[in-house]
Amino acid sequence: MTYHSLAHFSQTWGLVLLVAIFLSAVAWALWPSNKQRFEDAAQLPLKEDEDHIQ
Amino acid sequence: MTTNTQNPGSGGAKPPLQIAAMGLAVLAALYGLALANATTSSVMAFHGLVFTLASVLALWGLARFKARPQGTVLSGPGVVYNMDVVKYGTIASVFWGVIGFSVGLLAALQLAFPALNFDVSFLSFGRIRPLHTSAVIFAFGGNVLIATSFYVVQRTGRARLAGDIAPWFVFWGYQLFIVLAATGYVLGVTQSKEYAEPEWYVDLWLTIVWVTYLLIFLGTLWRRAEPHIYVANWFYLAFIITIAMLHLINNAAVPLSWSSPHSVIMWSGVQDAMIQWWYGHNAVGFFLTAGFLGIMYYFVPKQADRPIYSYRLSIVHFWSIIFLYIWAGPHHLHYTALPDWAQTVGMAFSIMLWMPSWGGMINGLMTLSGAWDKLRTDPVIRMLVVSIAFYGMSTFEGPVMSIKAVNSLSHYTDWTIGHVHSGALGWVGFVSFGAIYCLVPWLWERKRLYSLQLVSWHFWIATAGIVFYITSMWVAGIMQGLMWRAYDSLGFLEYSFVETVEAMNPYYIIRAFGGGLFVAGSLIMAYNVWRTIRGDIREGEPLPESVTVSAAAATA
Repeated sequence: MTYHSLAHFSQTWGLVLLVAIFLSAVAWALWPSNKQRFEDAAQLPLKEDEDHIQ
Repeated sequence: MTTNTQNPGSGGAKPPLQIAAMGLAVLAALYGLALANATTSSVMAFHGLVFTLASVLALWGLARFKARPQGTVLSGPGVVYNMDVVKYGTIASVFWGVIGFSVGLLAALQLAFPALNFDVSFLSFGRIRPLHTSAVIFAFGGNVLIATSFYVVQRTGRARLAGDIAPWFVFWGYQLFIVLAATGYVLGVTQSKEYAEPEWYVDLWLTIVWVTYLLIFLGTLWRRAEPHIYVANWFYLAFIITIAMLHLINNAAVPLSWSSPHSVIMWSGVQDAMIQWWYGHNAVGFFLTAGFLGIMYYFVPKQADRPIYSYRLSIVHFWSIIFLYIWAGPHHLHYTALPDWAQTVGMAFSIMLWMPSWGGMINGLMTLSGAWDKLRTDPVIRMLVVSIAFYGMSTFEGPVMSIKAVNSLSHYTDWTIGHVHSGALGWVGFVSFGAIYCLVPWLWERKRLYSLQLVSWHFWIATAGIVFYITSMWVAGIMQGLMWRAYDSLGFLEYSFVETVEAMNPYYIIRAFGGGLFVAGSLIMAYNVWRTIRGDIREGEPLPESVTVSAAAATA
């Protein structure tokens, strides 16, 4: 693998791949059917078994 | 994701494992002696003896080590958490914090009054400065991150920390790394890479400790009883993995021999510079930002007793930070031999970072929505909220400074120092103090801190200190930049370098004053933490109302 082949890959398919992964992560976060799941997850720190004071 | 996992073995850390660990400690002690004997460097001989001493102490600790009781519940209902190592980490954070801030104050005073190096090589500014940066970032910040990550991953996963001996190895191994690094700087051993000054043998030791840390974190996640991994853990995991990657690549060096403290880095020229600042900026992005965002996403909701404003925003915040931060490093090399396109990439990604940074800031601040009165009644929340405000402020300032036109004025000036400290003192410092003030009563099971009034004093003294610090550095830095680029009508430089140094002296004194206030605040915290651990409650201060959970938060 030469510098040029690596640079070519990262400037074309590498870029497409990273953007696609990022967009799918955002889509997953905003997908309507995931709403309830994330609202439950937000409660995680608050609903731990309270074996300490405060 | 098992529940009620019982320990199958006979009583926790199996004796064979303990004996194997003791064997390793004996080998390590012998290695340290062999190194001290073989090397021609007095510093490396000293480090060999320190390593032997640490190994003997480890052997003593392992001999006394008590395995956890048989049948300890590892996850799910009735889980028994491993909080002892978190307690040690919390105390170590306060200890190294006071030391790191004090060394910073000495460095600041040396710039204002150069005689304060006392003509002792150990105290020269060139050695004190990396001692300060490593002490505050890696000793203070690192211990805060290890302690809080071990706490958060256990609580939000409802699982006991993986391993019995391993967490102690990570804690004490990390302290040994700090001691080896710090004494190396003072005695003059450095590979001269900013924020990566320790030489190859100390780097190797940190690698062993860090990989163990990663395995413990992953093992605890694996064992969790909660199906969902809470977002704070994502930030911690990203921090641990990225730091491992950065550390290995930036420190890829060939030692001259096994008994020489010196090494030759594998990268050369501008590639070395680029890798160094890829490392350097991501130390900011993943150590000082992602790790401490993990703290924000757990401790702010917990102390405010409200869920995070938007969990979905926290996911977008996470992935944008991950995808953008890693490319921002070249902005440290504007107008250098680095290719122009790489500089522009660094600038563009730095500017794009505005969005996730401010998204995260809004997410943290808006968690207080509907409970803003807590800012008045709870000084710990006030500390956490102001830390988020400083996060927003320094992540606004950073992208501005990464723009080439601005950078041509700001680079190499004290404006950069001011910017770093609004992030370091305001964001990292305050969010850590907030987490420590939360953790101490929780861990030692006290009704509340010894004194909330002392927290208020700490808050106001330290805030005033930060304001003195950053405003004086803004003025000094911009003045310095303008003086460097001033030409007279004949095209000659208007000022000699030493004139700019002289002009900055009053601002250096103001900065040292601000730093002194910050140190005073940390001493107040140390006193408060010590009295809380002792179990004292300051008389004349009512118990907090926050013990009673508000109905709104309970139903939310």
